[in-house]
Amino acid sequence: MKQAGNTRHSKGDFLFKLIAAACTAILLLVMAGIMFQLVRYSTLSLQQFGFGFLTSEAWNPVTGDYGAASSILGTLVSTAIAMLLAVPTSFFIALLLAELAPPAVSKVTGYAIELLAAIPSIIYGMWGLFVFAPFMADRVQPFLGKHLSFLPLFHGPPMGIGMLTAGIILALMILPFISAVMRDVFTMVPAVVKEAGYGVGGSTWEVTRYVTMPYGFAGILGASFLGLGRALGETMAVTFVIGNKHAISVSLFAAGNTIASTLANEFAEASEPLYVSSLVELGLILFAITLIIQIISHFWLSKIRDAVGAGL
Amino acid sequence: MKARKEITSDLRITAAVAVALLILITVFGSVGHAKETAAISGAGASFPYPIYAAWANKYHELTGVQLNYQSIGSGGGIAQIKAKTVNFGASDEPLKKEELDKLGLIQFPMVMGGVVPVVNIKGIEKGKLKLTPPVLIKILLGEIKKWNEEPIKAINPDLTLPDQPIVVVHRSDGSGTNWIFTSYLSAVSPEWKQKVGAGKSVPWPTGIGGKGNEGVSAFVQRTDGAIGYVEFAYALQNNLVYTQLQNKAGSFVQPTIETFKSAAANANWKDAQAFYIVLVEQPGKESWPIVGATYILFYKEQPDAAAAEHALKFFAWCYDKGEEMAAKLLYIPMPKNVVDLVKANWKSDVVSKGNHLWK
Repeated sequence: MKQAGNTRHSKGDFLFKLIAAACTAILLLVMAGIMFQLVRYSTLSLQQFGFGFLTSEAWNPVTGDYGAASSILGTLVSTAIAMLLAVPTSFFIALLLAELAPPAVSKVTGYAIELLAAIPSIIYGMWGLFVFAPFMADRVQPFLGKHLSFLPLFHGPPMGIGMLTAGIILALMILPFISAVMRDVFTMVPAVVKEAGYGVGGSTWEVTRYVTMPYGFAGILGASFLGLGRALGETMAVTFVIGNKHAISVSLFAAGNTIASTLANEFAEASEPLYVSSLVELGLILFAITLIIQIISHFWLSKIRDAVGAGL
Repeated sequence: MKARKEITSDLRITAAVAVALLILITVFGSVGHAKETAAISGAGASFPYPIYAAWANKYHELTGVQLNYQSIGSGGGIAQIKAKTVNFGASDEPLKKEELDKLGLIQFPMVMGGVVPVVNIKGIEKGKLKLTPPVLIKILLGEIKKWNEEPIKAINPDLTLPDQPIVVVHRSDGSGTNWIFTSYLSAVSPEWKQKVGAGKSVPWPTGIGGKGNEGVSAFVQRTDGAIGYVEFAYALQNNLVYTQLQNKAGSFVQPTIETFKSAAANANWKDAQAFYIVLVEQPGKESWPIVGATYILFYKEQPDAAAAEHALKFFAWCYDKGEEMAAKLLYIPMPKNVVDLVKANWKSDVVSKGNHLWK
């Protein structure tokens, strides 16, 4: 009797394991499939341009000369602007919601944040094009140009679009994700630990700095990388406001492009085999960038966790 | 006890409703299915999508034949017809005869559209600014930098042009509009042809790129001193300030349906191989110089005779009865002589198992 029960039990366990494994296998298969197809379809461009593809600024569909330098740089710069703006802001939003604001306020704001996260990116793109870009052209860029003109970053005519505008739109888009996750991280710090902090006479800032932050450090970084991943691959919103120029420029007011925006612009109408292949190689590069950042971040994360959060 | 009874009866009602709904869906679903006698599928260019959709809708009402058109871009259309996943492909850029022969395809023009330069200069109204090909080229190459420079002033003696920098706005996405416009620029200027060239995406020497007609028009409307180009329909609907252009005959023309039609009528369709004509810089005093046709790609040897016949009948109906709808959406219908050539082409070339499908 007992044995029969056991067999049934292990049978159920086996089935459960099988289903779980199958689901995970789908994920891995899709990943491997994407990787395989990207390499396969970019073979032509890989053979034609080799490593020069990464450093060439050329992009001429008429003569069939392609290079990824401006797209790669644009992707990195726009993402960097977005992260610089979004991560500190999110940190303070999350802190307010988790620690400082009365429960009613943080509840309502929490819903608002989740709502923001659900807005489709084309809406951000259209809003960026019709509302935000004019605002940048009329107010922000003239102001920056006037007061920070000693930096070459802020040279050039205020057209409202360009790298800076794209970076800010991206920041707005990833803000809800990062702050929502950070808030959850902060609320998960056990009350007992924080109370101990207050018990020894710490101020709110001190408790946050020396208790909450180290405790949730992995989570904070995790939240940031979530936003980073989204910013790297964001397509529509960026395409509408970045100006779409295959050129590298020091000025953040100048038009540029990203890997994702180039794909959005040109993939649908590309018919030359080498053209399509170069676009697919751009996709492969984005894939590689994301992978590298993931690897570095995990490596870094474990190092920092050992250093900072060891005691907690 | 009573409560439990109520719950069971609630459950029963729910179940009954569910069953009834299921039956309804099945019945109506199959009715809807039965009416769907035939379906044609196509994929490709997005420029003619509004008119194809309008035609398909009307045609479905009249005959019950359904058209599924995926407006995924010309590149996608060509790829799908090559893969034989659709009955026809659609492209804004015609294919060369050799490539068509290699694939066993024919192509024919379905409908035309015009592209117009649009500007945003203080005090300049619609259709007032005159441009010649050399001036337009110099602006787009970034050689003329301000609106009050001599070459522009010389052809517009009665306009007051401001001392304002010119901002060039172009399409950033690969598009038929780009192809038509840059084909025109290459046709009128060897310098452009050599430095930039013609294509659905080209390396623009200067300016900013907006995505789609809406992107270009937003930047032009926003930026003082801007010049861009959009499809004519888009310029009219959005109240953009279009310009005059000097045509091949040397006269300045306004963009109107009439001047587009004149360009199409004056083109030499008869001697064009596989209807390959770049409709820019056509002769005729009244011809607008930047017009383009959008094409259908179709297999000569059709595996499914019934579907092919439905498709040809649909195209014929569009040519014969669809003119008014096209004009309403600001597309230019194909001239009668071209339609006759197209039908003759169907008659001689489209077969299924040895039978000619168009009689």
